[in-house]
Amino acid sequence: MIRTLFSFFSSLKLTFVLLCAAAVLVFAGTLAQVHLGLYSTQNQFFRSLVVWWHVPGTGWRIPVFPGGYTIGVLMLINLAVAHFRYYRAGHRKLGVALIHAGIVLLLLGQFLADLLQVETRLRLTEGQAKSYSENNRIAELAVMDTTDPATNRVVALPASWLARRQNMAVPEFPLTLRVLEHVENAQPVLAVAESNTVPVQGIGRQLRFKPQPGATSPDAPTIPAALLEVTGDGVLLGRWWVSTWLTDERLASMLGREAGAELRQALARPQDFTHAGRRYELALRPRRHYKPFAVELIDFRHDKYPGTDIPKNFSSRVRIRHPGTEENREVLIYMNHPLRYAGETYYQADFDPQDPRVTVLQVVRNPGWLTPYVACVLVSLGMALQFLTRLVPFVGTWRRA
Amino acid sequence: MEAGMKTLWRMLPWLLLALFAAEIVAVLLPRRDGTFHVREWGRLPALLNGRIQPLDSVGRNALLQIRGTGDVPLQEKKAWQFWKHPPKLRSFEWLLEVMTRPERADQRPIFLIHHPELLDTLDLRGKGTARSGLHYFACNDLKPVLAEIEQLGRSAYDAPSRDAFQKQALKLANALNLYQRLKHSLRPDPGDHFARDLADFELAMPAGLAAARARDQGKPFDQAAFDRLLGHVSRFNEMARLAYPLLVPRPDAAASDERWATMGAALMESVRSGTIHPAVRHHAEMADAYRHDRPDAFNRALAGYRAWLAPHFAKEVRKGRAEFYFNQVKAFLHAMIIYLGAFLLAAGALLTLHLAPGLSEALRRSAFYLVLLAGAVHTFGLVFRMALEGRPPVTNLYSSAVFIGWGAMVFGALLERVFRLGLGSAAAALSGFLTLIIAHNLALGGDTMEMLQAVLDTNFWLTTHVVVITLGYSATFMAGLLATGYILLGLATPLLATRVGHLNMGAILHNMVYAIVCFALLFNTVGTVAGGIWADQSWGRFWGWDPKENGALILVLWNAAMLHARRAGLVRERGFMAMAVFGNIVTSFSWFGVNMLGIGLHSYGFREAAFPWLLLFVASQLLIIGLAFLPRPKPLTRAFGGSGGSD
Repeated sequence: MIRTLFSFFSSLKLTFVLLCAAAVLVFAGTLAQVHLGLYSTQNQFFRSLVVWWHVPGTGWRIPVFPGGYTIGVLMLINLAVAHFRYYRAGHRKLGVALIHAGIVLLLLGQFLADLLQVETRLRLTEGQAKSYSENNRIAELAVMDTTDPATNRVVALPASWLARRQNMAVPEFPLTLRVLEHVENAQPVLAVAESNTVPVQGIGRQLRFKPQPGATSPDAPTIPAALLEVTGDGVLLGRWWVSTWLTDERLASMLGREAGAELRQALARPQDFTHAGRRYELALRPRRHYKPFAVELIDFRHDKYPGTDIPKNFSSRVRIRHPGTEENREVLIYMNHPLRYAGETYYQADFDPQDPRVTVLQVVRNPGWLTPYVACVLVSLGMALQFLTRLVPFVGTWRRA
Repeated sequence: MEAGMKTLWRMLPWLLLALFAAEIVAVLLPRRDGTFHVREWGRLPALLNGRIQPLDSVGRNALLQIRGTGDVPLQEKKAWQFWKHPPKLRSFEWLLEVMTRPERADQRPIFLIHHPELLDTLDLRGKGTARSGLHYFACNDLKPVLAEIEQLGRSAYDAPSRDAFQKQALKLANALNLYQRLKHSLRPDPGDHFARDLADFELAMPAGLAAARARDQGKPFDQAAFDRLLGHVSRFNEMARLAYPLLVPRPDAAASDERWATMGAALMESVRSGTIHPAVRHHAEMADAYRHDRPDAFNRALAGYRAWLAPHFAKEVRKGRAEFYFNQVKAFLHAMIIYLGAFLLAAGALLTLHLAPGLSEALRRSAFYLVLLAGAVHTFGLVFRMALEGRPPVTNLYSSAVFIGWGAMVFGALLERVFRLGLGSAAAALSGFLTLIIAHNLALGGDTMEMLQAVLDTNFWLTTHVVVITLGYSATFMAGLLATGYILLGLATPLLATRVGHLNMGAILHNMVYAIVCFALLFNTVGTVAGGIWADQSWGRFWGWDPKENGALILVLWNAAMLHARRAGLVRERGFMAMAVFGNIVTSFSWFGVNMLGIGLHSYGFREAAFPWLLLFVASQLLIIGLAFLPRPKPLTRAFGGSGGSD
């Protein structure tokens, strides 16, 4: 039994089948991007055990192909087991062994990246400093005690709770939240006064949110919204609309541009209320990742080639202030020249076409970022060795023949 | 007699090499100017598409977009009469004519329309000039329907997806627009005496500006002086609106991106500053002299302008001269012709292997020498381009085609050097020829040396990732081409069973393809991983499943699958060859197909027009794979005797 398993998992036929399957999967996953977009294609094809086919018109789904994880794991097993079957000590096999070791490292590095990599964004206007980056795919509901502006207390609840529409007692605060409405992907509309319902406080006086009609681009992050009812120690305090439309700076500035003067003022005000002598604020916002240091944008530049609209360079000059280490320095981040700092990497990622003072940096935390570099060295070394030990003698024998 | 033949066979390769080399030397020698120093004018630098280029390039790229050729032929000639060199208007002569003598330029048939429905809609049947089945129209032919063309072009532009008719209409509208802009780039049109107009404008300025100021303040003003100035300004304003290349260098500009301006902008600037820029005067003098057919005045004005340029713009002038030379030499065109000759010779060598071994060897040598010559010309062009751009060889789809051909040439020449059967030369020559044809067609979009988008602006990664991966494409195509040769030779000739040395030809081809696939795997893997590292450097993720990355990955997987299938004994000679041909399909998907999806980070090189060709190519490769599994004709080794090879 073990012998059969060993010969199955170590066989080159399996390798061949896996390589072909991987090629087919990658091909299908490339074509699928045209309709599904990059994000959901990755989840359906590459970060999955099985690729499902959703039969149109029914709720059925049928497994049609092994997913990226299945093929990757089988490849790893195959590589490891085959090593024991085929490897013989000596320089003739060393090249091949190095190549395969590099590939194992690449595969492991990608698993690691899939599991551990966190991608967030840092949007800054010139002169602005922030000590957090945001994940605009995941929202959180922040309940803040802002009585003392010097020491805000914040409780952040995951937005996934909103969809379950359960009541939630806010930990640490004497507040209870009830979800009256939840919109998965919302768009703002002007509110019409309705007399027979409990009036909505805050921005809800001007705006309410309804589901976005039609299909949106599959890659665009969803924009959630919810209508919450807040009670404090059993007393009804009011109803508030919360949405990332109000907190995501890109969306908020988009909304602000469209809005009239009155609405723009309302948008700038926090959604707050008082209870038992303390002042509280509510916000549904992109999940924040706080850092022990602050990043300030000094200058953002978007250069074009003279006489054209072709972008030549984007660059952000930032200042890093770390109160713990007293570090205070300026760094220039530009295309292909990221900043690696405190286990994270900051890339020049985007700009705001409407506002020339705004930069968007991509912030990536990936503990395994070095693996591809090591893998690349291993594979290159192995291939060089293989060529020197195999091809050169081959040419030699032919020329003598 | 026997000895004479032997000497002839020995001499033949050298004779052919000398013949083609003489042609190349003739091409490389500098040409002299005629009565008008038009070549010298074509070398003048201008700024367009964000880069300094000679006026010749401005004209050439415009003509490529308008007419699909770099020159305007002035006489009929049949396509196959390659020995005829009828007079033609070269790109710089055409540009000078458009800019200074638009009445004559309007008579040149340069606008290509081939969609029959468009010809009917515009009622153009029977007008224009027909040339090898294509209909060319002069601007004068199109004048009655200009408004209609613009209307058609605008509706085609707004259409979410365009059919063939709309594409052609849009292309024609764009071509006419470009032509109009060129006409207004150097001098106001209409108008006969630009220099005199300038002088009058200068005289009219003080009084006119005073009048304009008074008018703005609501005071009484000199209507005649105001009108005199306004007449000039409105014409210059029209130029500022339409002008295309930036012709006026400004050594005193404050910022580096203000060093160049269009004629119109420079003239409008002089309304503000009160003085006329010296370069504008020089251009005006040249324009007038050419318009009124005064060679001496033209040459003098040109020399004056060059003397003015020299101290401040030495670098730009050098760039203009170098690129002008590069445009005139047409290295890739000549390499293409020699590749074709080499391929025919190599094919001849293979076919006469049994019948006339002496002749075969002479042809084989000739082919090899010509491949080396073509390769040298190809390399010359490649290196010249790199120097002009200050970039590694691959920066866009066009240059990738040139470089794939170059890589395949190197691989083929190396194979030939090792195996000496003519197979390497044939493959090198054919792939060089085909890729240069592809490159030629890709160049029809216009400027092939355009500036790079910000993220690509790094020579280090362009070299390590792009160049290496392009070599990987080259190697995979080379393997596919040799395998195609194996399949076709096996089907149509008994050559595969011929013994050469201790192996038969089939086994030798198998070895060749195997070696090349190993190289392909090396380059594709290293290139793909390097691409991942680049992505890690610029976007923060090593692998993002972007279509182009995926294309390269599929290629790596396929190359690896081939080697493992061979190692596992799953395929023998023929199966391996069929897999190598399938590699062509994978490579073409990765190279072109991915760009046609129109998604992802790499979709900048989009070429929709190539899609039918890609399908045709895939179909042809599938057909060849099918052919690989047909029964072969019985080996005729006995009839020819066992080892009638060479070496």
